[in-house]
Amino acid sequence: MCRLLAISSDTPVSPMVALNALDVMREGHDGSGVGLFLRGLGGPLEKMKDAPILSGIFTDSGIRKLDEYMLDQGFMTKYKISIKTPKTTPPGIPKRDIYLIRAYEYPEEWEEISDTERFSRLTHIRLSLQAMGNEKKDMIVFSFWPDTVMIKEIGDPLAVGKFLKLGDKDLDARIIMAQGRQNTNYAINLYACHPFFIQGFSTMTNGENTAFVPIREYLISRGEPGYTGFYSDSEVFVHILHYTLTHLNLGIEAYKHVITPLREEALKAHPDGPFLKQLKQSCRKLIIDGPNCVIGVLPDSTMFMAQDRKKLRPGIVGGRPGMYVFSSETCGLDAVLPDRDATADFQPMHTDTVLVKPDRREVTICQQSEPLPHLH
Amino acid sequence: MSTIGTITPSSLSIKDLPWQILWDKDKCTLCGRCTAVCPVSAIELGVFRKRLIEVDIEGNQPGGNVYKTYYGIRQKTAPAYHCVGCAMCTMACPNDAIMPMAGDETDKLRYHINQGGQPQRRGGRRNVPGGVLDRIKFIRISMLTDPALDAGRHEFELRTLLGRVLPPEKNLKFIRENGWIPPVREIYPLIIGGMSFGALSPTMWEGLQMGVAYLNEELKMPVRMCTGEGGCPPRLLRSRFLRYVILQIASGYFGWDEIIHAIPEMKVDPCAVEIKYGQGAKPGDGGLLMWHKVKKLIATIRGVPEGISLPSPPTHQTQYSIEESVAKMIQSMYMAWGFRVPVYPKISATSTAMAVLNNLSRNQYAAGISIDGEDGGTGAAYNVSMDHMGHPIASCVRDCYLNLVTIGQQNEIPIFAGGGVGKTGNLAANAASLIMLGASGVQTGKYIMQAAAGCLGSESGRCNICNIGLCPKGITSQDPRLYRRLDPEAVAQRVVDVFVSFDTELRKIMAPLGRSTSLPIGMSDALGIDDKDIADRLKIKYVV
Repeated sequence: MCRLLAISSDTPVSPMVALNALDVMREGHDGSGVGLFLRGLGGPLEKMKDAPILSGIFTDSGIRKLDEYMLDQGFMTKYKISIKTPKTTPPGIPKRDIYLIRAYEYPEEWEEISDTERFSRLTHIRLSLQAMGNEKKDMIVFSFWPDTVMIKEIGDPLAVGKFLKLGDKDLDARIIMAQGRQNTNYAINLYACHPFFIQGFSTMTNGENTAFVPIREYLISRGEPGYTGFYSDSEVFVHILHYTLTHLNLGIEAYKHVITPLREEALKAHPDGPFLKQLKQSCRKLIIDGPNCVIGVLPDSTMFMAQDRKKLRPGIVGGRPGMYVFSSETCGLDAVLPDRDATADFQPMHTDTVLVKPDRREVTICQQSEPLPHLH
Repeated sequence: MSTIGTITPSSLSIKDLPWQILWDKDKCTLCGRCTAVCPVSAIELGVFRKRLIEVDIEGNQPGGNVYKTYYGIRQKTAPAYHCVGCAMCTMACPNDAIMPMAGDETDKLRYHINQGGQPQRRGGRRNVPGGVLDRIKFIRISMLTDPALDAGRHEFELRTLLGRVLPPEKNLKFIRENGWIPPVREIYPLIIGGMSFGALSPTMWEGLQMGVAYLNEELKMPVRMCTGEGGCPPRLLRSRFLRYVILQIASGYFGWDEIIHAIPEMKVDPCAVEIKYGQGAKPGDGGLLMWHKVKKLIATIRGVPEGISLPSPPTHQTQYSIEESVAKMIQSMYMAWGFRVPVYPKISATSTAMAVLNNLSRNQYAAGISIDGEDGGTGAAYNVSMDHMGHPIASCVRDCYLNLVTIGQQNEIPIFAGGGVGKTGNLAANAASLIMLGASGVQTGKYIMQAAAGCLGSESGRCNICNIGLCPKGITSQDPRLYRRLDPEAVAQRVVDVFVSFDTELRKIMAPLGRSTSLPIGMSDALGIDDKDIADRLKIKYVV
């Protein structure tokens, strides 16, 4: 199993807080990799919220290729955070040339375009860079999006964090998602490391999606260029989330109805039964299976946790107004927020979606049996 | 053969027949039950001459021959009376004195069974044992990284959809705008395939219907049964049980006068309408109900005179193009029930199935496609059609599913696969294989006849006389003396047994794969086979 920890906080928090909490839960992961998603960035990047930030790992030749490409596209570097690593790498962590976090200035001609077009172009650039990097393995690109930094590396989460000196950097963030990887059925490929990202949506999962192949086939056939990769069976969760919210224009409350719909008897008793039945039927190919605890974040920074239909994985949410933590285990929660009111901790069950909205005032619990909020 | 007989080209000995009757004189009580029960009169009372040599040991009389007669069973050798191996004689014999045995070499009968220029016609199946489905294994077993599920205790969603499912965006748009959303039925993924009232006896049909009704109403399993081409009994048409029935219309349109006239009186809509364009067992050939079986009841329901053969044309005579007239027929059938009933075509598996599918994908009314493979059964057909025409189901379903994946419509047009599902008894395993290859559900007929009614047919040419109304079990006969052998209550009980056990077996397959929230349609990563070519062809894993 993997271990997950996510923080949503009014004030920026160091990513090391999350990595320390992962370390507390180290019995549940094998230190084979770590993934970080940061949003609501503090520090210097806070002042350039709209500038798209490119996150990735590059070789020296890769960075030259990147510069050339980005210049061609009309992007100028606005700000960059360089991660200088010591000459010797600790055991288990591969030697890299450059970990890149770079904010860009949009090309002038982009000023007039719609958000949809901008999102699609940003995705296109990320995918192009990924494809270019795959040729000679000189570029690994995790995200290219405003106010978003992603770091993934092979190795023990805490060791990687210390090695990259993530605590010293201006990378404190209000939204942090971190995953300690338990390497299972796929070779260690950084693109297979959680969290996954598409157009402002990000998810990470502790689990195994046994319905992966039919879901992947379905997503690929949706004609959305961003639905690609699929190095991990968990990558589909973020695509389904994106599909539900952007293609179907539904709310996060409907996500659970797409991935683990209610059974017929429950739908008959549901106030939105007829609608949900239609949704279940037309989204049948997006029904997930197997044990999965999904933690994710939406473009508006709403954070959520949802469990599989049988609630086969651990997951707990707790905190206080201003700061909430989503964790695989209580000990992870304790490590971040020892002084919270633990009696208010909540472990979502098989029909629950737990939300912490951007105002971070409370934990909202949506049960699938409840009516859906009206969307207009 | 008599010593003074004439040998003709078609004179056969018992050895030349496919089945030889072994009869034990010591055990036989000469009760005559075997000769009475034999459906094809292959055996009769035989009077045999026997020579004994008797010697008077005291020497008073000269020794010599004594001629006696004894009585027993004689097997006929005329092609018209050949033993079909049904072994009803064995079943009827109180002393186990008689049994047909399959010959040890290819029979000679096959060269002579076209007397009068009439090629062999029969019922049954292709008689080729085994097949690809039985070789497919389920290899993706959940081990440690994800827990296997508990087939006995966990919740499983064993349901499938029959009907045209709109793409999600369009579906939500139509909900908002009150557009027409095609009817979709949520049903059990194992359907009892089309076997007509006429092909089946009244008791068999009644038993199946009762079993299906029980499964639905008492066990809440939404099992559906297709009528086949032969109409539907009037009382069923006007009952609430019609919702469990898929009405089939085929090229002979038999029974549809009755159905159309019953529409205003129907309490509920039927589950669906299946338009049959082809049948896996005899693709490209029409339906056939031979005159033996067209008794009064059948004639009434079908709207035809008694005692005439009812061959349906190989194709719908009014239709010449799939783009236009098939679309129109599908639409007309929708119209008959106010667009509330899904209508889908059934075709034989064929190398041209993809062309059909691609056309259907552009027809917004097509509610699915049923594909029937070469191992399907039939009540009556020419032997040559059964043995040599057709396409295996596995690759046909796989190609069609992957084609839908390519065009992104894999959830929109459900594929139902039939033809040889459970032909060697592995119903759940075969069904699961087809589902994971891409079928939304499967149809089965022969297995139901064997398991629910004791059909004697096998993959080695046993019985196969469904066509002439002499079914020794009363399953495919219209003769009351025969069909009264079949107790409809007992058939219903067995139908329930079959579905309940199938349900458990399907869970036992799905649970170790970690699947329970939805039917694993297209979960090809779970499949493996020990043949590289088949694996490549089906795009599944090659495992040894």
